[in-house]
Amino acid sequence: MSRVGQRTVNWVVLGLGFAFLYVPVFILMVYSFNESRLATVWSGFSFKWYGELFRDEKMLRAAWISIKVAFWTASAAVVLGTMAALVMTRMRRFPGKTLFGALITAPLVMPEVIIGLSILLMFVSLGQFIGFKPGGILSIWIAHVTFTLAFVTVVVSSRLSELDKSLEEAAMDLGANRIKVFFLITLPIIAPALVSGWLLAFTLSLDDVVIASFVAGPSSTTLPIEVFSSVRRGLSPKINALATLMILVVSVAAFLGWWFMYREEKRRQRDVQLALQENG
Amino acid sequence: MNILRSLGKRLPGPRWGVISVPYVWLLLFFAIPFLIVLKISFAKLAIAMPPYTPILEYIDEALTLKLNLGNYTALFTDSQYIQAYLSSIKIAAISTFLALLVAYPIAYVIARLPPSSRNIAMMLVVLPSWTSFLIRVYAWIGILKNNGLLNNLLMKIGIIDEPLQILYTPLAAYIGIVYCYLPFMVLPLYTNLVKHDNRLLEAAYDLGAKPWKAFFSITLPLSKAGIIAGCMLVMIPAVGEFVIPELLGGPDTLMIGRVLWGEFFNNRDWPAASAVAIVMLILLLIPILIFNRVQQRELEGRLT
Repeated sequence: MSRVGQRTVNWVVLGLGFAFLYVPVFILMVYSFNESRLATVWSGFSFKWYGELFRDEKMLRAAWISIKVAFWTASAAVVLGTMAALVMTRMRRFPGKTLFGALITAPLVMPEVIIGLSILLMFVSLGQFIGFKPGGILSIWIAHVTFTLAFVTVVVSSRLSELDKSLEEAAMDLGANRIKVFFLITLPIIAPALVSGWLLAFTLSLDDVVIASFVAGPSSTTLPIEVFSSVRRGLSPKINALATLMILVVSVAAFLGWWFMYREEKRRQRDVQLALQENG
Repeated sequence: MNILRSLGKRLPGPRWGVISVPYVWLLLFFAIPFLIVLKISFAKLAIAMPPYTPILEYIDEALTLKLNLGNYTALFTDSQYIQAYLSSIKIAAISTFLALLVAYPIAYVIARLPPSSRNIAMMLVVLPSWTSFLIRVYAWIGILKNNGLLNNLLMKIGIIDEPLQILYTPLAAYIGIVYCYLPFMVLPLYTNLVKHDNRLLEAAYDLGAKPWKAFFSITLPLSKAGIIAGCMLVMIPAVGEFVIPELLGGPDTLMIGRVLWGEFFNNRDWPAASAVAIVMLILLLIPILIFNRVQQRELEGRLT
């Protein structure tokens, strides 16, 4: 195939691929400004569904619960996930490491209905012994940390295994202990991965409907549970408005995250260049 | 002092702290819950709270273990369950294959872009999956409905005269699964394809191989690890998928995730739901083990 032909094929593949990924979301956003209640007939531009959305107190309450849960989930998952990533990438074999690896990777693919059912039944059994009452925000938090932990571990491990170990070894040769090396050398370098791990855990938690449906009680309905029950009843332009707001927030956050990592990477490369020049 | 020092050496150091915190968390909230599901799958439905009978009882100084196999025999005799398992596997397998067909060209082209554009292109692939999964499924309802955008468009162009019934059929479930899981297929394929040495292909061309021949005898076999990882990442969760068949598939799209949901929420039969989950886990065990091996090698330092 000629070079130009190859180029055209490449652009067609990327164009179709991105159209498939983005057109549905774009249509959804456009129809959030639709005047009509019928979500597929365009009758004029209007912001009225956004107004309706902000008057829906159930939705707002659920959104606030979801944001709180997602914040604390992401924060805990980053701490536990970083520990797990250190275990996977930096530690020599110990009895039980295979099981540990299996426990870390299995939640990545485990069907959500199974995770939801098993963790709820655990809470109920626990409740029989120590009087723990399942159904609160705490239950959702524990369940969410458990399944997002695996994703954070993958993100942080891939950064850790790319990391030049000689930096850590040099610091250790100069007399720093492991804890000091971790906080002064390793942590600043893997910081971008921690940020993206945190964001990933936050969005996964904010998004989960299945696991939360199992463990949440009536007092802790999260936003996805609310959206799911409304979607089951049919199309509603209010959901389109909510979707548009969420997509905007996520896009801005993703862009900021990307920009932050890009800037850090550039600065790191410049520092390395400078160090090399000084030594050369 | 010497005693203290040797005691200090015996005490668990920071290394064990780092290992034990995530380990204990995962044992407590991920491993033990499975054992509890296994236990309850042998219980009987009861009108109580929690709604099942104890399997271990201590009455009159006699410890009795009552294993009720009824939940399992029901699974294997009731054709509805067997059909649900079979059709889940079928739907997951077909969607995984379709996702591979869509994802491979995308990953292949992106891996051959100049390095500066690659990252941006991959970010664009992943970005939609950062927006709500539920909302991306919801977006397809408006497109696939009988009076939805796709049917309106096709009728306006004149390809069809009356609307096609797509929503609430298995086809809609395929589209939903491919759409939602596509990034999980592209990602491992891209990670694999980007590492390929282009000189192998050039050598093949120099020796007179046609591009298609070179692709099938060099690129495709080399990307096997990426294909396996991608297929597992899509297929295993798709077998137990609940939201997509529920919202897009209609009542005819029978999937095991929906059966489990129905047993738990509608029939409030926790032991039956547990048995459904245990059999699903057994079915998925081999794919999960394959995935674990591939993933663990990746985690421990990408020595493939």
